[in-house]
Amino acid sequence: MGVRTRRALLATTLLGSLVAVSACGGGAAGSASGDVTLVVKTFSQFGYDELYREYEASHPGIKIKEENIGKLGDYTPKLQQWLATGKGAGDVVAIEEGILSQFMAKPDQFVNLLDHGAKDLSAGFLPWKWQQASTSDGSKVIGLGTDVGAQGMCYRKDLFEAAGLPTDREEVGELWPTWEKYLETGKRFKAKKPDVGFYDSTGSVYLNMLMQSGDHTYYDATNKLVIDSNTAVRDTWNKSVEMVEAGLSAGIEQWSPQWNAGFKNGTFATIPCPSWMLGTIEKQAGPENKGRWDVTRVPGNGAVRGGSFLAVPTQSTHQKEAAELVKFLTSAKGQTAAFKAKNNFPSSPQAIDDPVVQDFKNPYFNDAPVGKIFGESVKALKPVYLGPDNNAIGDRVGNALLAVEQGKLQPDEAWAKAVDDAKRLAK
Amino acid sequence: MEADLRPRPVASTAAAGSTPPPRRPRSGWRDRISRVEVRWSPYLFIVPFFVIFAVFGLFPLVYTAYVSLHDWTITGAGEFVGLDNYVTLFGDPDFWNSVYNTLGMLVLATVPQLLMALVLASLLNQRLRGVTFLRMGVLLPIVTSVAAVGIVFSQVFDRDAGMVNGLLGLVNVDAVDWRADKWSSWSAIATMVNWRWTGYNALIYLAAMQAIPRDLYEAATVDGAGKVRQFWSITVPNIRPAIVFTVIMSTIAGMQLFTEPLIFGQGSFAISGGSLRQFQTVSMYMFEKAFRDFDYGYGSAVAWMIFLLITVLGVVNFLITRRSR
Repeated sequence: MGVRTRRALLATTLLGSLVAVSACGGGAAGSASGDVTLVVKTFSQFGYDELYREYEASHPGIKIKEENIGKLGDYTPKLQQWLATGKGAGDVVAIEEGILSQFMAKPDQFVNLLDHGAKDLSAGFLPWKWQQASTSDGSKVIGLGTDVGAQGMCYRKDLFEAAGLPTDREEVGELWPTWEKYLETGKRFKAKKPDVGFYDSTGSVYLNMLMQSGDHTYYDATNKLVIDSNTAVRDTWNKSVEMVEAGLSAGIEQWSPQWNAGFKNGTFATIPCPSWMLGTIEKQAGPENKGRWDVTRVPGNGAVRGGSFLAVPTQSTHQKEAAELVKFLTSAKGQTAAFKAKNNFPSSPQAIDDPVVQDFKNPYFNDAPVGKIFGESVKALKPVYLGPDNNAIGDRVGNALLAVEQGKLQPDEAWAKAVDDAKRLAK
Repeated sequence: MEADLRPRPVASTAAAGSTPPPRRPRSGWRDRISRVEVRWSPYLFIVPFFVIFAVFGLFPLVYTAYVSLHDWTITGAGEFVGLDNYVTLFGDPDFWNSVYNTLGMLVLATVPQLLMALVLASLLNQRLRGVTFLRMGVLLPIVTSVAAVGIVFSQVFDRDAGMVNGLLGLVNVDAVDWRADKWSSWSAIATMVNWRWTGYNALIYLAAMQAIPRDLYEAATVDGAGKVRQFWSITVPNIRPAIVFTVIMSTIAGMQLFTEPLIFGQGSFAISGGSLRQFQTVSMYMFEKAFRDFDYGYGSAVAWMIFLLITVLGVVNFLITRRSR
């Protein structure tokens, strides 16, 4: 055999093996064509881990990857960017209600879930929750509701005891049928425990009172900015300032490291807690504080703060599979599981009435019957319309309140500044 | 200067040589190519820098200018608005506030930093035990990640549980709410910057100091000049180029200050730099406008103003440091 023939042989063998390899590759890809990885983008805690596993088990070939961003404030701009650039949004995105209205203005960025069999599902959601993510003519639904931010009030039992206040959750709830009574209780608390804040930051109390004060806040239903003409906003502001002046605030900004540590260290005694916040409190306060935090009814008549939707962006390459996953996660069963995992309160009436939810007691919070507490709050709910720049304006009002807390601005100056900032932002 | 470094063309070497070498028999294309190569290859070698600069430096600069002339939002280019963004910017109190903050922090961070670096460098220039260890030691902060510095110092300057307030408490000074005032937040942020960069500048000064001839000091000692006099009259004038360099570099970095104040801020609206924007720098404001409010046109206008401010400050710095001989 000459050198030349040997080379030729070698070349053929190599070529052959190459073909074989590529054939193999093709084969692998073929068998993996059912292997779809769905990327789910969330913020904070959705409590879906077990649901993912269950879904993967019952849907062979589907893999789910959740990509989570801790703070909603960090998540929002990213989400906007992904959608605008048409890249990076994955297959399922979580949308918080405060930013939903700006996405409703561009419904083309999302898959119409009515085309994926969502038509028959409307009975599975509270009517206003369903309405929020539907276009005005009802021809398009861009998202299905996950949870509603049913309101409760979380409090530290040990601090209440030290201040000579009742600690039983029924009795504590009776301390504050209204926010005025809450203020009074706060004054009593501060008289005994001057070093501890009665609540974390005025911004959070403000927001909760605001969500109880009517059917709209900074915008009216036509998306006109009404921050300075809507007296409900100004009244809420005044009430908040009263609390600042009574010295109730610990002056700790929500979502800051000090805030996280505050749950553990007991630097504040109460915090208005939407259902989704219970997961955060448990995580931050840690196992050593189990039983110290408890939850009771919120002053005023129920309220909603926050709550989210799941949507499928049109940029997803697996829209059908993603829509199926969304339907699964937002089903009564999925919502019940998320509630059990992280106390995200269901927006599905069936899930709310489910004994699993109604009878659910949270062991971390002294076996508080959170299903019942939040269920009552939800029944009293009136949906609030939030306009396009709602969250951004909220940030600015929050900063103005903080400036009052820090003693840097007089309340009237701060209010004028908040209104001015909001107007400049919305123009 | 640079011409000296280049290999000279054959002809000129021949002219410079004492005995002209015999003329080459083949003066055809080979010769021409080598002449072309000698003439043009240096340009070829520096091309990569200019290509990369054009792609990542010049293009973004020009494109940003283009964007800044449009009503550009997240959905893409809107209509051409001319200088509207700049007009709005000049009347925007938040922008001027951020410029003021940046300049304030620049002064607080640069002046003490460079003075400390000078002192540190002259100490390290002495004969000390373990001098290499000490010299490397001052460089350590620069290896630390900015985010880590920001997080640690944010805790050091915490209102309720911070170390600084703890120490102030020992001498019966009331706790300071570091984020509430301009002076306090600026000091806290300037501390981070100083901690991180002093050692780096000290090493640059040290390198320059070691190039100063020893005789100068010996002569000065003979003339009866003390250490301090020697420092100001010999050391400082001799390392002037290093000082000019560090002043300009610190100014550029200071005008772009971003991570430290951002991490120092709190909550989900940290980009505002405090409740009343006490410590929002101009690059934070640019980021807020472009990537939070998605007003790319306006954000680009802010970016261009930063560029112009840095240029102006750079020239001013240069003139001042050059004149103060």
